[in-house]
Amino acid sequence: MSTETLKPYSRAWLLSDRPTSRQQARMGRAYVIWRRFSENRLALLGLFIIIALIVIAALADVLSPHNPVVGDLMRARLLPPGTEGFLLGTDDQGRDILSRLIHGSRLTLLVVVLVAIIAAPIGLVVGTVAGYAGGWVDAVLMRITDIFLAFPKLVLALALVAALGPGIENAILAIAVTSWPPYARIARAETLTFRNSEFISAVKLMGASPFRIVLRHVMPLCMSSLIVRVTLDMAGIILTAAGLGFLGLGAQPPLPEWGAMIASGRRFILDQWWVAAMPGIAILIVSLGFNLLGDGLRDALDPKEAGQ
Amino acid sequence: MTLPDTSGATRRRSRRNSRRFGAVLRFAVTTLTTFLGLLAVTFFIGRVIPIDPALAIVGDRAPAHVVERVREELGLNLPLWKQFFIYLRQVLTGDFGVSVLTTNPVMEDIKRVFPATLELASVGTLIGAFFGVPLGVLAAVRRGSLADQIVRVIGLIGYSVPVFWLALLSLLFFYARLHWVAYPGRIDIAYEYTFTSTTGLFLLDAIMQGEWEILWDLFRHIILPASLLGYFSLAYISRMTRSFMLNELAQEYVVAARAKGLSEARIIWFHALRNAAVPLVTVIALSYAGLLEGSVLTETIFSWPGIGLYITNSLQNADINAVLGGTLVIGAVFVTINLLSDLLYRTLDPRTRSR
Repeated sequence: MSTETLKPYSRAWLLSDRPTSRQQARMGRAYVIWRRFSENRLALLGLFIIIALIVIAALADVLSPHNPVVGDLMRARLLPPGTEGFLLGTDDQGRDILSRLIHGSRLTLLVVVLVAIIAAPIGLVVGTVAGYAGGWVDAVLMRITDIFLAFPKLVLALALVAALGPGIENAILAIAVTSWPPYARIARAETLTFRNSEFISAVKLMGASPFRIVLRHVMPLCMSSLIVRVTLDMAGIILTAAGLGFLGLGAQPPLPEWGAMIASGRRFILDQWWVAAMPGIAILIVSLGFNLLGDGLRDALDPKEAGQ
Repeated sequence: MTLPDTSGATRRRSRRNSRRFGAVLRFAVTTLTTFLGLLAVTFFIGRVIPIDPALAIVGDRAPAHVVERVREELGLNLPLWKQFFIYLRQVLTGDFGVSVLTTNPVMEDIKRVFPATLELASVGTLIGAFFGVPLGVLAAVRRGSLADQIVRVIGLIGYSVPVFWLALLSLLFFYARLHWVAYPGRIDIAYEYTFTSTTGLFLLDAIMQGEWEILWDLFRHIILPASLLGYFSLAYISRMTRSFMLNELAQEYVVAARAKGLSEARIIWFHALRNAAVPLVTVIALSYAGLLEGSVLTETIFSWPGIGLYITNSLQNADINAVLGGTLVIGAVFVTINLLSDLLYRTLDPRTRSR
């Protein structure tokens, strides 16, 4: 049966053994991965949570019933959850906790995306260059990576923020600086597995420079394991950012950062538990979403490790 | 006889010795560069990132000659590499500078607070391993069952929940509502001045002195923070145990043991778990090191007078010497635990020994 007769974008077209175009091959592979991914109900739940987070962050202004920063000190201080108009209650400044959580999702997303954008490329470059170059370049780069791995993440981030000064930008920078070493390790390990393979030799024979080989041939192959690892790390990034916020080193008031909200609710924990409890639930749900999504992606992209 | 012995056995032995020597040398170089790197990082954070440490001390309204004098006193006018060597010499002699907050040398402060963290992390790891290993084995043996799912969810929540939030809620619940545990802190005020600790590890001291009443009080203080840390290490340990056990249970020797007619319990707990135990030692050591990190936030909630609380208190007061000293000590302990677990792994697993 010739592939011409297959209807484009149909199931058979996607699953064809003999794709006629690069696009068909790519879409076919994506379709297989998606089928494997969507069999996993928990992974779908994770995906749903993350999509919901993005939608909520995008529509924060429309969705939130009250102003997240300015509260009603006269009539709405420390109202319990379920009060008319304040579904999750209010904090000590009369601000609606639900509205603050909705706006806080933007900060959470900002932290996660920026850390990934800064840390993943650093790790990718360090790892692929070390793995492909070998020799003393590899030795030096990996020693540096090991040194950064030797610090517990939160402690190093704390010290960095202590020197840089508190604030959400510095917190993001500090978390990024502590996040890249595992990515470098993974990228290097991946690079080593196909460094001496034939397609690399072929590209080399065609006269490609090492720069081109690393950029065009090595890096793309490291992407899938890197994406899985970054997704799995997202939860840890959120928890570290919340921890910094809780200690007063991350986002500064009145920004509705979830960790800082827990810190401000700490004083009322005995009588008005919801002020501190609600942001924690938000953090838990979002971290859980990233963990489920990461697990699902790992199983879908790498069936060898599935079920482990 | 001074002639060199050239028999094959000796040559082999000398070759083996030189290989072992090479391995030891590589190990020493790795350790040394890691520690040097740790120092370089803390030096960089303390001296290079802040625009002018002298200004940070005297304030930006101080007259120029005062700033200049402070710069000279701090050695900031020297080239950076010279400053690093001075820093190196100071740290190696145990001089981390003076804490602005406590006015003690930072090293003394750390010596005082570190045992508290050690005690908390040790009890936490014990709890985590005690429950985590059996749970992981159970999940692997009954793969796909309800028990497996429950263990998985327990682990997933452990990876996703903010430790300080869980600590606050557990304090609210178990202390304020149920009165099951003692208030935050390490020891009751009534005992604080009568109890003398020789090792800094209060539990150990109380047992050695036979102070059972104090031991009970200490237990009521430590149980909640240690259980929390234990939960986080349980999440990690059970997940890894499950993965190791699945790997072992798929091996052929398990089939052979079954064919021999051994009971399933014996196969699981004696044969498979023993083989999984070697990598598990590394995992438990890693989770122990990880609890040092978890203790930073936990200690602030439970007013536990350890290194985590010391660092966060210093942070609130911009006491950079104390922060960096604490960071360095935690980093050094972290590296040491990793190295020890690596060595332990090599001794326990005969396959990694050089033939």
